[in-house]
Amino acid sequence: MAVNRPCGTFNENYAKDMAIVRTKFQWGLVIASLILLFALPSFCSSLVLYLVNLIAITLIAVLGLNILTGYTGLFSLGQAAFMGVGAYTSALLTTYLGFSFWLALPCAGLSAALVGVIFGLPSLRIKGFYLTMATLAAQFIIPWLFIHVRPDLTGGTDSLLVAVPTLGNIKFNSQASMFYIIIPTMLVMLLFAKNIVRTSVGRAFIAIRDNDLAAEVMGVNLFKYKLLAFFICSFYAGIAGSLWAHWMRAILYEHFLLMQSIWMCGMVIVGGMGYTVGAVFGTVFIRLLDQFVVYITPVVEALFPHLVGSATAAVGPFAFGSVIVVFIIFEPRGLAHRWEMFKASYRLNPYSY
Amino acid sequence: MAVDVLQYFVNGLMVGGLYALIALSIVLIIKATAVFNFAIGHLMMLGGLFYWTFMVALGLPVWLSILLSLALAAVVGALIQRLTLHPLIGQPPMASLMVTVALMYVLLGLAVMLWRGSIMGLPAFISAEPLAFGGLTVSRQFLVSFIICMVVFGIFVAVFRYTQTGLHMRATAEDHQVARAKGIKVDNIMLITWVIASIAAAVGGILLGLRVGVGPPMTMIALKAFPAVLVGGIDSIPGALVGGLLVGVLEQLAGGLIDPALMEIAPYIVLLIALIFMPYGLFGLKRIERI
Repeated sequence: MAVNRPCGTFNENYAKDMAIVRTKFQWGLVIASLILLFALPSFCSSLVLYLVNLIAITLIAVLGLNILTGYTGLFSLGQAAFMGVGAYTSALLTTYLGFSFWLALPCAGLSAALVGVIFGLPSLRIKGFYLTMATLAAQFIIPWLFIHVRPDLTGGTDSLLVAVPTLGNIKFNSQASMFYIIIPTMLVMLLFAKNIVRTSVGRAFIAIRDNDLAAEVMGVNLFKYKLLAFFICSFYAGIAGSLWAHWMRAILYEHFLLMQSIWMCGMVIVGGMGYTVGAVFGTVFIRLLDQFVVYITPVVEALFPHLVGSATAAVGPFAFGSVIVVFIIFEPRGLAHRWEMFKASYRLNPYSY
Repeated sequence: MAVDVLQYFVNGLMVGGLYALIALSIVLIIKATAVFNFAIGHLMMLGGLFYWTFMVALGLPVWLSILLSLALAAVVGALIQRLTLHPLIGQPPMASLMVTVALMYVLLGLAVMLWRGSIMGLPAFISAEPLAFGGLTVSRQFLVSFIICMVVFGIFVAVFRYTQTGLHMRATAEDHQVARAKGIKVDNIMLITWVIASIAAAVGGILLGLRVGVGPPMTMIALKAFPAVLVGGIDSIPGALVGGLLVGVLEQLAGGLIDPALMEIAPYIVLLIALIFMPYGLFGLKRIERI
């Protein structure tokens, strides 16, 4: 992948070779964009912050899904359900057992990861499409459990109110204050996702994706690593779910249905499977597309007044579905691949080779 | 108690007939093109909506509405195959799978755009009066829809087994390259398969629409045919029938004897059990490979 380095950048030692941020210019860019990011609440409206928070939370779940789908090659249609497990764990722990948010967050991640591993267990006997069907079953069974197992605790089909996270005297009860919980968590998870695929674990995942038989011959324990992929993927979902619960401050089973899972799959596909940066591109792209649809709906309604249905409910799914179809047919490697190509051509300019 | 069990069993068979028809549609497409069609529920919904348009909005007679909506469904199926799945021949199977998942949303958007997206009732052409056999009662609608499902199922199986096209479809299912070498136009066979599967889905959509009304919620019912496909065996036509009926019966028994709420997820529990204990289903071709 990283064939084309900027001119004059040499890897003099191993640490330099492995570095994510290579040059002084890149360090400058990283620091400048971090400062800009953390200054965002001071000059943005809460509507923009809402969108940024939404993107960041979705991004965490999509990063996990990308490790499972993009790197390990196991398609999951259950990510939203695992996110729901995290959300309900966090909500129940804080509401009934008096846990603080800071303790409930990792617990939510772990419980979601555990459930993910349970539904990943069929990977002992099945793979590919059949495993996707197992996650589909999880997607239907888990929200059903939220509603029916202990409706007195989870609120059943009603929403469950969630406590506001506090730290000392600070209450995180606004978009701007939640921003400072969500964004650092997202950055840590992003760095972790980027790094885990560069370790031996990540290489094992990629080997399984490319050829599971060859991977096993090389000594990769398939069952262990597949379950590990499920564990990591659902851990991310659980963290995202916990943040979602404390950010929305009320959770409902409807937030965690098949539709959301499919949207996350769409984000992974549009961004580019098997690129960590792809998850970022895909999430931002689909979420912004969503906003764009809301924005253009009045125009659509004005243009086609004979359409009887509500345009918002129609254009959103239609645009999402069409984008996925177009990406799979014309650019299956996603936006991240385009980005790589752009970087390569920029570095080689004006020579094309 | 025994009568109860028998009653739920009969109800299950009635419901399962529809699952079997939807499962057949899925299995046909898998056999000929190796694509699992997630959008089947939305094709069903479109079939139902076409029927509603001709029957209720335009006031055409029942038989003409049915013919026209099946024809339109066939056109939609052909368009989907040509525009979205044809370019993906030779790509990994998961790519086609995700395309059909995305098609769910395209079709849903279209349906909401053109038909509101609320649930619309269809005028019943079957009287709702239940029939009584001894201690059992069977809704006439269920019975007629079950019989129609079985007849349509029989017609498709006969086409598959006894006609030249059916022979070509089976050859294509066996091996694309060999079929091509024998002079079969594999592209056309794939198109025909999609057309047939869309018609089967539209029949299912109309029958289901008579019972629950046409609209987006009916697509969730179609998803319950997926367990039927997997229990029966993903590439087996008898499996689609047995799987459909089995899932229907188990769903009704679980709902009736244990907890009515369990009906929603009973098929998926069956699916999980099937995946763990017999991943290739009852009649599916067993591929021996290391996992």
